Amino acid sequence: MQPKVVTLNVNGRQHHVSLAPNVTLLQALRDLDYTDVKSGCEKGDCGACAVLLDGKPVNSCLVLAWQAEGAEIITNSGLGTIDNPHPLQEAFADAGAAQCGYCTPGMIISAKALLDQNPNPTEDEIREAISGNLCRCTGYGQIIEAIQMAAERMSE
Amino acid sequence: MLPEFNLLMPQTLPEALEMLAEGAPEVVPLAGGTNLIVDMRSGRHRPSVLMSIAGLGELRSIRREDGHLTVGGGVTIAQVLEDPLIAQYAPVLREAAVVFANPLVRNQATIGGNLVDGSPAANMPLPLLVLDAEVELASKAGTRRIPLDDFLVGVRQTLRQPEELLTAVRWPVPPPRSAGAFYKVGLRKSDAIAVVSVAVMVACGEDGRCGRARIALGSVAPRVIHARAAEGVLSGQPLTDEVIAEAAHLSAEATRCIGDIRGSAGYRRRVVEVLVRRLLTEVARNQVFS
Repeated sequence: MQPKVVTLNVNGRQHHVSLAPNVTLLQALRDLDYTDVKSGCEKGDCGACAVLLDGKPVNSCLVLAWQAEGAEIITNSGLGTIDNPHPLQEAFADAGAAQCGYCTPGMIISAKALLDQNPNPTEDEIREAISGNLCRCTGYGQIIEAIQMAAERMSE
Repeated sequence: MLPEFNLLMPQTLPEALEMLAEGAPEVVPLAGGTNLIVDMRSGRHRPSVLMSIAGLGELRSIRREDGHLTVGGGVTIAQVLEDPLIAQYAPVLREAAVVFANPLVRNQATIGGNLVDGSPAANMPLPLLVLDAEVELASKAGTRRIPLDDFLVGVRQTLRQPEELLTAVRWPVPPPRSAGAFYKVGLRKSDAIAVVSVAVMVACGEDGRCGRARIALGSVAPRVIHARAAEGVLSGQPLTDEVIAEAAHLSAEATRCIGDIRGSAGYRRRVVEVLVRRLLTEVARNQVFS
């Protein structure tokens, strides 16, 4: 099993890294210190590991790192920072949508993908968009409110 | 960590078929990975070499030609959901895509992968069976087409040979006055494996009689099946409540349900009858108004 050097484009930065073929994108990202991408179930059921791959939200635990070469990878930390948060990140804080925070990065990735396609979603559309992201803490109510809040703010 | 393997990444279909000709069965195709990567992590599969189809653009088209719809084996479920040709000519297939897993998985899972995986609980085979679809299997030696109904053999067993790729699935454009419907019962609204699923498709003549009827049942046998006797009873008949009830009853009789963690055999048999009745009633109503 021969490793090779692949180039991963993450949040606008190029990383050249030697990886074995059996390394998932989730592992590769976390090893590159993108620890905002969380490992939950590692079987595509929980969505904690969600990232945007060429604009589409995917479970990074099911993507092999070699397959992500040449794609634009966005993680939650690429959307905004503490000093300059993305409206979604701000809305999650303002709406109390994060308790333990573990599902949050994946939720924000799914929400970002939704708002990119549909800037003014209905509640049902929001529920559908996050149906691949599990939360054990909040009961989803504040998460939905946060996404609605962000949508309103982003359309101002 | 996933078990160790080598990863091949062909950029054209001929290259991929050459790799399979030389390396199968050790070389195993990898599409979306939403089943295979999970199976590798659990230890159910341990292929020593994976061949990613991600570079094969030829497998990602959806087109209408020669009176048929042809969908490439590498087309994702998300693409099926969004494609205007599918929405227009095979809405029953779109209905199955809507309730397929969750949005994240739909962006990676492929229609070819769902068929090759051969699960009796899979979504996509049901509408494809009622559409009379066939699959295209390509190898270095050539290409063959077989009816999907023949392709599916048993639990996770299909007629795909190790050196073959499922390159496309195709079906005739449904005749006018056709209507289809799909429904899946799951233990929750999203991200659920089917407890029972049903697809129906009927095409009626001007006299209101059913010319062609198809009923496919999922999660009630070792593979997705036709309810043949039920289809026979509908043929040539108007879709009255009585005829529909008879077809629903015969559909339940066609099942070979087992009980498992998702449901009992008795529940599945009962729900198949209800679903067939409801879906046929729904398409009968659509027929009247179309």
